[in-house]
Amino acid sequence: MGRRKHALTGILFLLPSLAGVCIFVLIPFLDVTLRSFQNAVTRTWTGLDNYRILFRTPAFRLAVKNTLRFTGICIPLLICMSLFISVFLQRLKRLGSLLKSAFLLPMAVPVASVVLLWRVTFHEDGFLSLLAVSTGHEAVDWMNSGYAFWVLVFSYIWKNLGYDIVLWMAGLSGIPYNLYEAARVDGAGEWTCFFKITLPSLKPVLYTITVLSFLNSFKVFREGYLAAGDYPDESMYLLQHLFNNWFREMDFDKLAAAAVLMVLVIFGLVSLLKRSWDLEE
Amino acid sequence: MSKKIAGFLLLLLGAAVCYPIFFLFTGSLMGTGELQNHLGAALSLGEQPMSWSLLPLTPTLRHYVQLLLDSPEFFHMFWNSAALTAGILAGQLLAGVPAAWGFARYAFPFKKLLFTLYILLMMMPFQVTMLSSYLVLSEMQLTDTLPAVILPGAFSTFPVFIMYRFFCGIPQALMDAARIDGAGERDIFLHLGIPLGSSGIVSAVVLGFLESWNLIEQPLTFLKSKKLWPLSLYLPNISPERAGISFAASVVTLLPALMVFLCGQDYLEQGIVAAAVKE
Repeated sequence: MGRRKHALTGILFLLPSLAGVCIFVLIPFLDVTLRSFQNAVTRTWTGLDNYRILFRTPAFRLAVKNTLRFTGICIPLLICMSLFISVFLQRLKRLGSLLKSAFLLPMAVPVASVVLLWRVTFHEDGFLSLLAVSTGHEAVDWMNSGYAFWVLVFSYIWKNLGYDIVLWMAGLSGIPYNLYEAARVDGAGEWTCFFKITLPSLKPVLYTITVLSFLNSFKVFREGYLAAGDYPDESMYLLQHLFNNWFREMDFDKLAAAAVLMVLVIFGLVSLLKRSWDLEE
Repeated sequence: MSKKIAGFLLLLLGAAVCYPIFFLFTGSLMGTGELQNHLGAALSLGEQPMSWSLLPLTPTLRHYVQLLLDSPEFFHMFWNSAALTAGILAGQLLAGVPAAWGFARYAFPFKKLLFTLYILLMMMPFQVTMLSSYLVLSEMQLTDTLPAVILPGAFSTFPVFIMYRFFCGIPQALMDAARIDGAGERDIFLHLGIPLGSSGIVSAVVLGFLESWNLIEQPLTFLKSKKLWPLSLYLPNISPERAGISFAASVVTLLPALMVFLCGQDYLEQGIVAAAVKE
């Protein structure tokens, strides 16, 4: 009897939030899933037509390709850089915690505040061109060339470096110090310690860091959009731009199909990653 | 020795990472002429090559005065941002704190399934739910009003997850003791759960604030009229001739986030870590 009464209390605590989630997310998303198999205007069933059209749209293919390229380059780069920095910060004690704050600071900076700086830096006559010219290269209109992609990579790393460092350092502080002492007594060097103790102990953290970095990578659209608008250079046209443009043009059938696909892909990626890590352990 | 070199290099890197913030502060204190000399080329205001100086030659607060006294639209956008952030945070607390408490301390049917669902929703980027949110908001005739941005944000599942982690850390014995003393479930939540889980709640608020103050996609999608826009959409639209105003506005936008960051840094780090450690 007591248990059941408490079960009801638990549900009551959850209820307001669950009701909101159902109304604003779950039920409408079911509707979107249905729409992805329907014609947007007449709402008649069209089977998989929307999905077929999606794959034939060149803009969609371009956006998928760029998004894959972006995540494929950014995430390993960010993870390695932040791990490298964390290992050093860990040893610096007081200066280390000060520097951790410094690396975390960009996370607090609203994107809109730095757009101005991005503009004067990456403009054709901006700071970066100045640097290029003074080192004997040519001035480039960075945001309207293939370099735009790298500007985006740079903003992502700048913004997320501190976040990943905090995660790595939490993982590092969990490794018992006597493991290292024992290894040193056995004559292991710095590198051996790193590869045989540090890396294997961090494996569980690596999973969550990868997933969180992946999720944060979608937010780079903010920088991209504010600095370059709806139709940026082809090299940085991401899925987020495409979704945004389809929404504005009321292309709801394509948008619905793409949203359903994206849920499946994210769900698949996250569980695949989790499984491969679980198997290895 | 190598430790010193590494420390020095990291210090340089850390300074470089923070420089953009410093840049905005110095820029906002430079006079119009000075800014034009420095940045004219990139803002298409002049032909001189780009230059910059670490500190302003003739520091002035003129841009701030202009911004605060002569730009009514700036105030408007500032309050829009504040209203959005306050609304979202209030909703996240009202719905999220009890939900996190329910997940952390009670057993009920389908709990595991529901919790997995919450985690999945937390992982979805905005673009996935953009169409579904729009459909329900237009059904409720809320599009182009501030609640269109507030309501979906208020029911974000991310804060629930963060607070859940902290509530789980409260010892069960305390709850049992309170029950034996005859405390009702509501009293336990209000007088035991909330005080003991307060650092989790603050962490969720800090993370939530930084996110809501920086919203771009949501207002861009759900708000058509410019008079409802938050600062984040207004700033990039200041014309290049008003570079000084632009700098000052950037700094004023940055300040609340910077304050929250400096005061709540410990909570911010705890919140980041809470999302990651294994159960």
